[in-house]
Amino acid sequence: MDKIQQKEYETYVKSVTPVHSLPKNMAKAFLVGGLICVLGQFILNVAKNAGLNETDAASWCSMILVLLSVLFTGWNIYPRLAKFGGAGTLVPITGFANSVAAPAIEFQKEGQVFGIGCKIFTICGPVILYGIFSSWVLGLIYWAGKLFGWF
Amino acid sequence: MSQMIGEQSVCFENPVSILGAASVVGKKEGEGPLGSYFDMVCDDPMMGCKCWEEAESTLQKEAAQLAMAKANLDKQRIRMIFAGDLLAQSIASSFGIMDFRIPVYGLYGACSTMGEAMSLGAMAVAGGYGDCVLSLTSSHFASAEKEFRFPLAYGNQRPLSASWTVTGSGACVLGKTGGKAVITGVTAGKIIDNGLKDSMNMGACMATAASDTIYHNLIDFQRSPKDYDKIITGDLGSIGQKILWDILGERGIDIRNNHMDCGIEIFDQEKQDTHAGGSGCGCAASVFVSYILPKIESGEWKRVLFVPTGALLSKVSFSEGNSVPGIAHGVVVDTK
Repeated sequence: MDKIQQKEYETYVKSVTPVHSLPKNMAKAFLVGGLICVLGQFILNVAKNAGLNETDAASWCSMILVLLSVLFTGWNIYPRLAKFGGAGTLVPITGFANSVAAPAIEFQKEGQVFGIGCKIFTICGPVILYGIFSSWVLGLIYWAGKLFGWF
Repeated sequence: MSQMIGEQSVCFENPVSILGAASVVGKKEGEGPLGSYFDMVCDDPMMGCKCWEEAESTLQKEAAQLAMAKANLDKQRIRMIFAGDLLAQSIASSFGIMDFRIPVYGLYGACSTMGEAMSLGAMAVAGGYGDCVLSLTSSHFASAEKEFRFPLAYGNQRPLSASWTVTGSGACVLGKTGGKAVITGVTAGKIIDNGLKDSMNMGACMATAASDTIYHNLIDFQRSPKDYDKIITGDLGSIGQKILWDILGERGIDIRNNHMDCGIEIFDQEKQDTHAGGSGCGCAASVFVSYILPKIESGEWKRVLFVPTGALLSKVSFSEGNSVPGIAHGVVVDTK
């Protein structure tokens, strides 16, 4: 097949391939993602009512959500939730926790070092790398800004 | 006399017999529409082993032993094995069959491996290089997901065009005489690149290869689709099937009445939530040996063109921006 035929084929394949309904998926993501955030807010409020300050309460909230996500991953509930909720389960911190816990479970058979150790960040590695990198770039801009009196 | 025919086919002067065949599948396949046809259904996805890869090896081992038993042959009688699977370096095959201590040719044809194994096995027998040979393949849902996609516990949504890798293995013993079904010819498949880069729509990646092999089979043997009771593809799934019909239709070949796809048959798409259908080496292999072969042996189908289809997907080439080319091997099986 030459390039033009390949392009035509791609267009044709697109026309015969069914896709998930976007509005339906968005509604489900809104519902599931929203519920996870409501749970977060609930934990935050309880922590604050228990007398913790804003920062400590937020830390407790993150830790509990991550713990729950890891447990739900181990119990094979999180993948089912994600199948329904899509991006609603991906975007909150619980999605990040799932992406770390899942490879840890899968690759434990390959050993503590070369299995879990090397492969635990196979999915979330890019998030960690580019998250740190972009914060470094922002830090550099902030530092330069301070130096030249922009901020 | 030359047994070459047309551009890329072989027509055996002495057809090669299928002496015995067996399949072993997982729980989900056992619960599917063809569940009662399989020789063995294992409820434990780990097959009593400690990891997915070993489980897949066990599938092959069991299927091979059952096939030899059904053919009434000791393993000493098997001259060589043609085997392959989807895992890197074909470890499911090598660890599954090494204890047999039978000479082995390891193959990789993605999900078309059963077609490749049967073609080469038949040629070896027809050429007089072995009285009895064994062709077998396997796939396992979990080991394939781990090899090509994400860890099982990772939460994501599968597109509607995705297929579900079959947990299963199929084996058949080929020999010079005996049996009720014979391989009368093969059409070797070319690698066809249609430029698609969607690893989640493998039916579309493979459909062009399937149509090419079917087309050349018909030309080489000077046959029309009506000369076959069934033309059976491996794992095109619902989208791939539609594309195959369209492509062949454009060439003036209508196979809609006698086409069947193992990937569509093995699961109930709606109830089992498999999306486009089943896939994997084990899909075509297990459906062939347990569902198609008995129908040929009984004479219900007198001549079948079996075309396992493979998407030559690699995680490396895919990440490097390459397409997913397809391949399909055709095997003509007749009632004896």
